[in-house]
Amino acid sequence: MIRMNEEINILEHELVPKHEIVPPEEAIQLLKKLGIEPWQLPWMSMDDPVAKAIGAKPGDIVRIIRKSPTAGVFVAYRYVVVEVTKKS
Amino acid sequence: MNAPRNVEEEINLLLEKVKQELTPQLFEELSNKLKEAVKKHRITMEQASKVIEEIVRNYHRSLIDPGEAVGTITAQSLGEPSTQMTLRVFHYAGVREYNVTLGLPRLIEIVDARKSPETPIMEIYLTEDVKHDLEKVKEIARHIELTYIENITEEFAIDYTEGAAIIKLDREMLADKGVTVEKVVEVLNELELGEVSVSPEDPYEVRVYLSEEYLDPVKIEKLRTKILQARVKGVRNIKKTIIQKRGDEYVIIAEGSNLEEVMKIPGVNWRKVYTNNIHEIERILGIEAARAAIIKEIKNTLDDQGLDVDIRHIMLLADMMTWTGHVRQVGRMGIAGEKPSVLARATFETTVQKLVESAVMGEEDALPSITENIIIGQMIPVGTGLVRVYMNPSIIKKEEVKPQGEESE
Repeated sequence: MIRMNEEINILEHELVPKHEIVPPEEAIQLLKKLGIEPWQLPWMSMDDPVAKAIGAKPGDIVRIIRKSPTAGVFVAYRYVVVEVTKKS
Repeated sequence: MNAPRNVEEEINLLLEKVKQELTPQLFEELSNKLKEAVKKHRITMEQASKVIEEIVRNYHRSLIDPGEAVGTITAQSLGEPSTQMTLRVFHYAGVREYNVTLGLPRLIEIVDARKSPETPIMEIYLTEDVKHDLEKVKEIARHIELTYIENITEEFAIDYTEGAAIIKLDREMLADKGVTVEKVVEVLNELELGEVSVSPEDPYEVRVYLSEEYLDPVKIEKLRTKILQARVKGVRNIKKTIIQKRGDEYVIIAEGSNLEEVMKIPGVNWRKVYTNNIHEIERILGIEAARAAIIKEIKNTLDDQGLDVDIRHIMLLADMMTWTGHVRQVGRMGIAGEKPSVLARATFETTVQKLVESAVMGEEDALPSITENIIIGQMIPVGTGLVRVYMNPSIIKKEEVKPQGEESE
């Protein structure tokens, strides 16, 4: 018989890039460097499966390290928000 | 022999200087190529610095300028090729055919962020130990494929004199789907309709002796569907599976989509399982995975039609669609409908409705963006129009006040 599947961890899925929570001090520096308020970053819902998996809370900034076909590696940020526009 | 070594060291110094200006990938490539060139062709220091200079300059020139209307360029770059797409195609592939929506309908589907695609397809990759073994792959495929009693039944009848439902099973289908008669009996038992037994004359005939309450002729149709629609095995929503050979491994293509359940199945490589249902990906793998899936799907759809669109346009579109942390469509209910400016919203579909709505809500429009300013006839904040002159009143005040203060004293 086929052996059982090991524990499923969505963070290891092919489609999911590396996520990490930016520490608050670093986040302040980052926002200063970009010259923006946190809400001007792209958002990420607190109910997002990845946000839950890495334990991100509303108000956190998450660093996303994507593999990009044009830039090789691209670092993006998302601001974790409370669910406002509930659609589904 | 000392000369080339010196050049290499000096090149490293030069490279360090420009490291901050280039992307890591570009920097890596440049330093590797340069070092290779030094070894092979023994280029001089002067030549090397010229090369670096030229590359940095070209890199800066290829960057997008501030104020460039990237959104408009994206819209045009995606809009124009889409006019050349096939309007309605159904494509059959593989040995046993399966349908995939392609071309313009598929593109519209992605951009509209429909809840589920017209033809959901899953690509199920398998783990190392099973992916080369056709028998094991078949076993998994059977396990995934949804089978109802209906699919394996040849004849269904209800005998009123005996008060029994007689289900004659299809021998070939049983073998094909890998279901045993015992399994069917077990499923029927779970329905708790009455006593289940296999006929003594025919091993493929199963009888369900129904209890009184079910024999009401009014309810008989309901009972029939209840029995026929009972799930014998399989994953919900997966209608059909096809085994394809890709390179040296077997991949299961499934019609229908259920990412959550399929990932749990033993033997499935859950790290690579893919579905074309973007909302499902968002729900299970998160918004970043959805972004990646949108890019992949649009790119595939365009490539399939032989259209060459730069991936950066698609990436911008995907970024916009996933901006709020949820996949939203490009149309009225999504990006275009959530613009901050009243006039910009009114320009796009249902003008009167949008104006009335914002009038009722008492909205203001600070005319920050392009569409509004075109309506008004002002200069639009794009390109050189983006530049403004700012005045710092506090500094001017100080300078004005100072001399006056001195005079009054």
